[in-house]
Order: sequence, then C-alpha cells, then structure tokens
Amino acid sequence: MKPSYVAAIDQGTTSTRCVIFDRQGRMVSVSQQLHHQYYPQPGWVEQDAEEIWQLVCQLVPQALADLDATADQLVGLGITNQRETTVVWDRATGLPVSRAIGWQDTRTAPLLSELTNGFDVSELTRRTGLPLASYFSGPKLRWILDSDPELRDRAERGELLFGTMDSWLVWKLTGGLHVTDVTNASRTMLMDLETLQWDDELLACMQVPRAMLPEIRPSMGNFGLTREPVPGIPLTAVIGDQQASLLGQTAFERGEAKCTFGTGSFLLMNTGTEPVRSRSGLITTVAHSVEGEDTIYALEGSVAMAGALVEWCRTALDLIRTPAEIETLARTVDDNGGCYVVPAFAGLYAPYWESRAQGMVVGLTSYVTKGHLARAVLEAVAWQTKDVMDSMNADAGTRMSFLAVDGGMTANNLLMQTLADVLDVPVVRPMMAESVALGAAYAAGLAAGYWPDRSMLRSHWHRAAEWRSTMAAERRDEQLADWHKAVELSIEWGRRPAGGG
Amino acid sequence: MAARIQSVERAAAILQLLAVEDAPTSLGQLAAGLGLAKATTHGLVQTLREVGFVDQDPDSGQYVVGAGLLELGSRSVDVHEVRSQALNWTDGLAARSGEAAHVAVFDGGQVRIAHHVFRPDSSVQHLETGSTHPLHATALGKVLLAYDPRAVRALGSGGLESFTYRTVTERSRLLRDLADVRDVGWAASVEEEHPGEAGIAAPIRDRGGHVIAAVGILGTVESLCDARLRPRASLAAQVTAAGRSISREFGHGREL
Repeated sequence: MKPSYVAAIDQGTTSTRCVIFDRQGRMVSVSQQLHHQYYPQPGWVEQDAEEIWQLVCQLVPQALADLDATADQLVGLGITNQRETTVVWDRATGLPVSRAIGWQDTRTAPLLSELTNGFDVSELTRRTGLPLASYFSGPKLRWILDSDPELRDRAERGELLFGTMDSWLVWKLTGGLHVTDVTNASRTMLMDLETLQWDDELLACMQVPRAMLPEIRPSMGNFGLTREPVPGIPLTAVIGDQQASLLGQTAFERGEAKCTFGTGSFLLMNTGTEPVRSRSGLITTVAHSVEGEDTIYALEGSVAMAGALVEWCRTALDLIRTPAEIETLARTVDDNGGCYVVPAFAGLYAPYWESRAQGMVVGLTSYVTKGHLARAVLEAVAWQTKDVMDSMNADAGTRMSFLAVDGGMTANNLLMQTLADVLDVPVVRPMMAESVALGAAYAAGLAAGYWPDRSMLRSHWHRAAEWRSTMAAERRDEQLADWHKAVELSIEWGRRPAGGG
Repeated sequence: MAARIQSVERAAAILQLLAVEDAPTSLGQLAAGLGLAKATTHGLVQTLREVGFVDQDPDSGQYVVGAGLLELGSRSVDVHEVRSQALNWTDGLAARSGEAAHVAVFDGGQVRIAHHVFRPDSSVQHLETGSTHPLHATALGKVLLAYDPRAVRALGSGGLESFTYRTVTERSRLLRDLADVRDVGWAASVEEEHPGEAGIAAPIRDRGGHVIAAVGILGTVESLCDARLRPRASLAAQVTAAGRSISREFGHGREL
C-alpha cells in the first residue's frame, strides 16, 4: 500500500510553498516560488493575487512529483496564509479587480478615523480585539472601494468578492467556494470576536457591502475537495500563518507561546477559550477553532519588520547577496558601534501602534561600517521581540521561562544568540523550523483523522537547538534604554506636520 | 595588439606543466620541461608560490599546483547560506535517524561545524556550531577529503595524528578509504575521533556538482553500527538522501 501524507499550502508574504509531511510530522517534499512585491508609492505594498494563484498551480503538482506521489495519497490539505492582505475579485471572471493591498501597506494610516467614520476606538478594540491601525483589512477594503465609484457600485450589486489570501485560494482551488476561517476573519476589523460573525455596525461604518464577504467557518473542518490544479484533494483546514505556527509548535494549552521570524515577527500566546484583553498594546485574536468545539483565543504581539528588514538590506542597499549573508557581514564586527536601526517602515506595530512612525538610523559616526549596520539590523529584530515579550508577560501576569522560536530566520545563529542575550531567557528552536506549514498540516491532518489526537503531535516536538544569554545585565539595560530612545525619535519624526504620510 | 609579456607566458607554461603532472615536480624537471635556466625558473615558480598558485613540499622541495588556484574557479560558499539551505533537511535527518545532525565545511585545514541539530531526545545538549574537528578522523572530514582537493592538500605530507586506537593514521589506507567514499557516496568514522562514537556523512553539492559541504549524523557506535561495527545501511541511506535534498536547494539536479 502506498503511504499517505498531509499537505500544506503556505502562502506567505514573499513566497508560496507547498509542503508535504508524513505521519511523524517530517517534511518529505517542498516546492517554493517567490512572487513580486510592488511598491508604487512610499508606504504602499502591493501584490498580484493572480500571480500567486498561478504559482500555486505549479507548486502543488511539483511537490507531489518530487515525492513521486499522487493526489490520492494526500488525506488532507491545509491552507495557511499571510494575513490581512486584501484581495477583491470579480465573481464572474475570477480575476482580481486591482492589486492586493499588502498587510504592511500604510496608505490608510492618515485616513483611519475617516475610513471608520469616526467609530469609537475603544469600542472598536473591545469588539474586534484590534487597535485602530493600518495593519488590518477592513480599512484597506474600504480604500479600494472608495478609490473607484464603479467598483463600489459593482460591490453593492454583488458582482465583486472580498477575501484575504485564504479566501482567494480556497475560491480558486474549489472552483467557487467563498469562505474564510475565524483566524483570518479576526484580522479584518469587521468581525465580532465573541460572536465570530461579521458585525453589521462595523460593516456600516467601513461601508462594506455584506454581499462581498465570505462565510466565516471554523479553521478545521470539511471545506470540500479541490478541483484545481490537482483535483480530488480533501481541503480540511484554513488558518492564518501565525496561528498555524502556534499549532506547529504544539502550543495547544493555555499559556503556551511561540515567536515566528518571517517577514515580520509574531509572538503569540494561547489564552484558552476566553479572549484576554491586553493592557499593553497586544492584539486579541482567534488561535483556532474546530467544528463543534469551543474557540481557542490568543494574545499576539505583531512586529512588522524582521526578515523584511534583512531583505531591504539585500535589495535596496545591496549590502548582501543572500539573506543568510547578513550574519557573515554582522560577524565582521563585535558590536553595533553605537548604531541603532528602528525599522518603522510600516509604522510601528505592537506595543506602540504608531502607524505614522517612520524608519530611522541613529548613532552614525565615521566609525560605523556596514558590519555595524548589519549588527544593528539584527539587534532591531531582537529588541522589537523584547518589547512584545515584556508586554506579553505583563498581560499574562507571568514570566515566560523560555522563548520557542521558528521560521526561516532561526537559521541565523547570531540573531538567535542576540535574542537570548536581549531577552535573558533561553531561546529554543524546535526540530521543525517551518512551523507555519507544519501547523497547517497538523490542522488538516487532525481534521482528516490522519492523527488520532494532539498528544501524538506533541511527541514529535523536540528541541533542535538552544541559545542562552551571555550578556551582562548592565549592558542589556543600557542598550534597552538606547533602543527606546531611538523608538521615541522614530515616532516623533512621523508626527512632524510635513511628514508621516 | 598589445605586446605579450614574456614572464606571464612563462608562468602560464609552468602551471600548465604542473597541471598535467600527476606527481610533484622538481625544479630541474620544470626547467628542463620549459627549456629555461634553473635560476629563471626558480624566480617564476617562487613568485607563483607566494601568490598561492603553486605549492612547494617543505621536505622534498618539489612543486604542485597550488590550493589557491583550485579555489580560484570555485565560487566560495557562505557558511551561513549553507546552514540556511540545510535547515529543513537536517531537522528531518535528525528526526528520522534519532541522532544529532551536523553540516560542516572545510575551513583552514579542518572541519568546521556550520550547523548542529540536537539529537531528538530530552537530554541536555549544547550547540557545537563553529567548533573544529580533524579531517581524517571524522565522517564529515572524510567526505571533504574525498571530494575537495583543498582538503587533501591541507593534510600535508606529515604523519596523521592519532586520536584513538582506531584513527586511520596510515596515509595509504586513508587514500583507499577515500576512494571507497567516492565509490559509495558516503563516509563513516567509527571510534576514530572519540571512543564509543560513530559518524556517517555525505556530500552537499552546488549547482555545478562541486562538493561545498558535508552533512552527517553523529551518535553512539551501538546506534549507528551493527554488531560487526559496520555503519547501518538504512542510516547511510538517510544521510545521503539529506545530502541530495540540500544539494537540490543549491540547484544541483534541477535544470541548468
């Protein structure tokens, strides 16, 4: 008998992957393609949803072919995706009506109050779990509809559909099923976090026609069979990427947390069946849900720029040829030479939520080389993580005894050591750094009955590496104070009358 | 057309001559082969030695093509890039084999650990990334010796250091072992660096097929070998499969 597997499509910010896992949770095949990013104006980030779909059409058959397997060997397929990125497409032609607006896009930052018709911010946060920020989909969707009266007319007539990347891909894969899952819906600013349904008042204030919205479903359940590009695969899970990696790290219990280093970095803690409200600038979000079971919630500290900052060093500054080389460059020096980088390219997310803050490099002298800049870039990723971890500890009323990390950037040993130094707790990488894809596969496999229960998945979790702090407390405190000073400057710069746009 | 520089032509001729000679070549042979005076040849070959294009055996004084020339054509690979490409597959290798997994590169005459994945059990382990090991006493090192001419050159002509009573210190036996490595596509070391410890390793290749690193597992002799101290074939197959997968990340075996 041929072995059976589960597959995940991991539709990320910069690339899309199809990954196949075996019953032990081991990756057995992976195919990957990058897609284009468009930056038409400062602060704008766009993608082409059709291009992404075309990549998925190549990646699924390729992953199967590399494994020499066929579709009938896949017992389940999970979709996981970059969240908040907003797609509007034509129901009849199946083509997007505009470029997708990326999650990091800040075009709505100066218009947020307008785009929500002045809706009370604290009530908005209470209802959605989200601060009023450019990050979320609702204001992006309204911006698209406001940009062209014809689009709004067509949306009102029910000719256009809205979705985050999960909805777009499920619609394409199944040949017209228009759904999303609770984790993705919880990032739109249009869903009530407790009823888990679209909120009519929020739809009205953001002028979003209900007809264009997908149906909200549990993350794990029956989404039908695929029709394209490979027919007959049971689609059994849809879940946002960060929530997926929480599952991939087997953080099934209340209080368990993880931090993923991808384009951005995202610290999530499972808070169990009750949504916990943050007093420290974190997001309250849905962790996952299963048909017929209580919904599991999470607290999230989102940081917009992590890998994206390294990528900027590569593409915009030409400092390095590959992202991994940032470590080589950073190791040419022993410290940051007094230089700090505040990567507020998309404003500052948690715990600051300053959509208009702008990026900054401080402490430049003739002494500073590109090696010091590379250090400062890696340190910025670590300090941002420190800020969200301190907030998480404050909200949870506990102190995390270690940080479970994952994502491609965990290959950077210098970053991991810096992180341990800055956080002053051990940093632990599990044996599967690709926990986003793994989590989507876990969700799909659990829903399909491939794994009998979650305890079996836990037995797959092993530590692959661990880093411990080697930094003196005094030095950590000094640098933290410097970092916070630099953050203040970045916020101040965004507030100046002429700028911040 | 620009004038041709005679000494450049002569230097090129020396390199061509050394490249076709299998054995180290004496100054007299070089001078005779080129039809030049020994003093002239000496000046040329010593200049080439200083820039690293020719190596001279310290004992016999004979010449061979230099390690610097071998490195010239090969794109030097960034060790952090190797780790980044290997990450997923070494995780899988450790999970599947139940042993610690490593990726290593040739660096300064030794094996340098570029990436380390803990053995998947609950024991306390420490990262060994950055540590160095002898080429001839480790499976990772034997892979590099078998495929990377710079590594063989780095062994020098002196004796091979003994670490345990099983370390291969006899040069001719090591060379036979390396030929076997090239035949089967993987290397093993059984109690050759530390008593009770065994390793199995396979090559990581770039797009053009050059071996740029080695991937392997390290564990106890009991878990890696059968009762007759032969490495288990199933583990060797897992290691070579991981090597192939990582090579594919570098474009090896994908269309050119």
